Amino acid sequence: MINLNVNGQQHQIEVDPRTPLLYVLRNELKLNAAKFGCGLGQCGACTVLIGSSAVFSCVTPVSVAAGRPVRTAEGLGTIENPGPVQRAFMEEQAAQCGYCIPGMMMRAQALLERNSSPSEAEIRTAMQPNLCRCGTHMRILRAIRRAARAVSASASAQGQ
Amino acid sequence: MIWRILLGLAVVLVLVFVGFYAWTWRGAMPALASAPSPSSFSSDDIKKGAQLAALGDCTTCHTAAGGKPYAGGAPVPTPFGTLYATNITPDPATGIGTWSEDAFRRAMREGVGRNGTHYYPAFPYDHFTLSDDSDIAAIYAFLMTREPVQQENKAPQLAFPLNWRFFAGVWQVLFLQQGPYRANTAKDAEWNRGAYLADGIGHCGACHTPRNWFGAENKGDLFGGGEAENWVAPALNASSPAPVPWTADQLFTYLRTGFADQHGLAAGPMQPVVANLKKMPDADVRAIAVYMASFEGPQDQSARDRQTKEALQFAEERAIKVGAMAGPATTGAGGSSNSNSDGAAIFAGACAPCHHEGGALPASRPVALGLSSVVNEPSPTNFVRIVLDGIHPAPGARGPIMPGFAGALTNQQIVALASYVRQQFSRQPAWQNIERALSSAGRQQTAAGGSQ
Repeated sequence: MINLNVNGQQHQIEVDPRTPLLYVLRNELKLNAAKFGCGLGQCGACTVLIGSSAVFSCVTPVSVAAGRPVRTAEGLGTIENPGPVQRAFMEEQAAQCGYCIPGMMMRAQALLERNSSPSEAEIRTAMQPNLCRCGTHMRILRAIRRAARAVSASASAQGQ
Repeated sequence: MIWRILLGLAVVLVLVFVGFYAWTWRGAMPALASAPSPSSFSSDDIKKGAQLAALGDCTTCHTAAGGKPYAGGAPVPTPFGTLYATNITPDPATGIGTWSEDAFRRAMREGVGRNGTHYYPAFPYDHFTLSDDSDIAAIYAFLMTREPVQQENKAPQLAFPLNWRFFAGVWQVLFLQQGPYRANTAKDAEWNRGAYLADGIGHCGACHTPRNWFGAENKGDLFGGGEAENWVAPALNASSPAPVPWTADQLFTYLRTGFADQHGLAAGPMQPVVANLKKMPDADVRAIAVYMASFEGPQDQSARDRQTKEALQFAEERAIKVGAMAGPATTGAGGSSNSNSDGAAIFAGACAPCHHEGGALPASRPVALGLSSVVNEPSPTNFVRIVLDGIHPAPGARGPIMPGFAGALTNQQIVALASYVRQQFSRQPAWQNIERALSSAGRQQTAAGGSQ
């Protein structure tokens, strides 16, 4: 039995501890945002957050996530009230086929949580592990810059 | 009486100091009126100099991250403090534009700058000194035809009294054996060529030979293993951690491509070395491989063959078989006694997708971990660094990728994983100091054994 906290909800799951976190999220919890791409931690489609770090959930055994907060794209916001990163990706129409986008959003979220006004070079370095096959990289980069502006604007509004 | 002794001691000390000062003192060499014209150098010399500068990894230290090539500024951490590589572009004011070839040769052979400054041995002139005049002239030609960059040098950050360059002069008197290289007549021409390149410009021993208290290489334990930029530079002599003794063929493939199937992938500070070696011709890389392999493993051929056979057999027995993932929580045939540990579960979920027998993809087939030098090292330092950061080709270059697990795994989990891997894939004793390797890799300890 493994205790898993996903998007603030506590789950008790009967599963082999070696099972990739990705399979548990998709098959047991029906959280289908994170995608299976390569299964080898090389493409980033499966990216989720554990604590404040973006990780490849396809090569993360579920046992290592026990007792640590896991977040998926479902946890960033709702359809009615999307989070700043989700909103920016929609406004920039950053998805083409969309398969890589939840992973992209989670890695962007991790970046903006530790650095709300990243430079262009910092964005590109941080996003380097995530691949997009359609080639919407320029829109993805624009979306992250837009999300950064929104996040830092709301941070400075709260600061006042 | 006591005052006389003290006075006598003081006089002796002053005399010793004056003697050393006079002994180590070097004058300035005349400055050129202006940097020599690039057209005064032959294109053959420049081309040869480019190869030798690549072999010497000049750019690794003499180019700062994001900086102009050869303009200096990159920090070189040492146990004594941090030094900064200097500007070696032909800028007359801040670089070496006013240096004659004679002054450059003195710097390479004796570690003394044009104006008489003694250099600290972070600049590996104790190796470069072996180079012959024509190779030094070629490197001079190459550097003098680079783009001049005006960039001031940064002062070394060394504690008193080491910040006094007089001590670099004393170091040279004590430890510098001046070249050029003298051939070992008992060995053939290829071995001698390899020795000349590896011990000279290539300065392999600067990382792979242990250093004494004064930071000088211990020549009695040549290639006995050292450190580089907080990585372990493995021993390359009889105490090499490699289960299969290196052969000249495996070394040649490793140096040429960055990967040898009986040893593993170049990582850490060895990556730029391999990248730079791409400029060297096959014959020179092979000569280096022949020379280095002559130190490796047992000298007796039948002992080598036996060790090789045993190591290959052990690695095959311990390899994680395809399908072990799907079965109950064991590690397949030949699993060690800890196959039900937390570390085994982490390995199965995080590592086995690629590190199972035969590898996941033909294009990025990882080394069998039972053969890996990293897993068989006495220290877990390199293992921990690779697990945390993964292995990535240089930006824009192609090559195998291993993802880092710094975010996914807590310190406690990495300790469990390291213990399992060591027990499963090595016959060496368990690692004792994994936590220390983690903290020296910059990981914070938390009460729960978590990360960050």
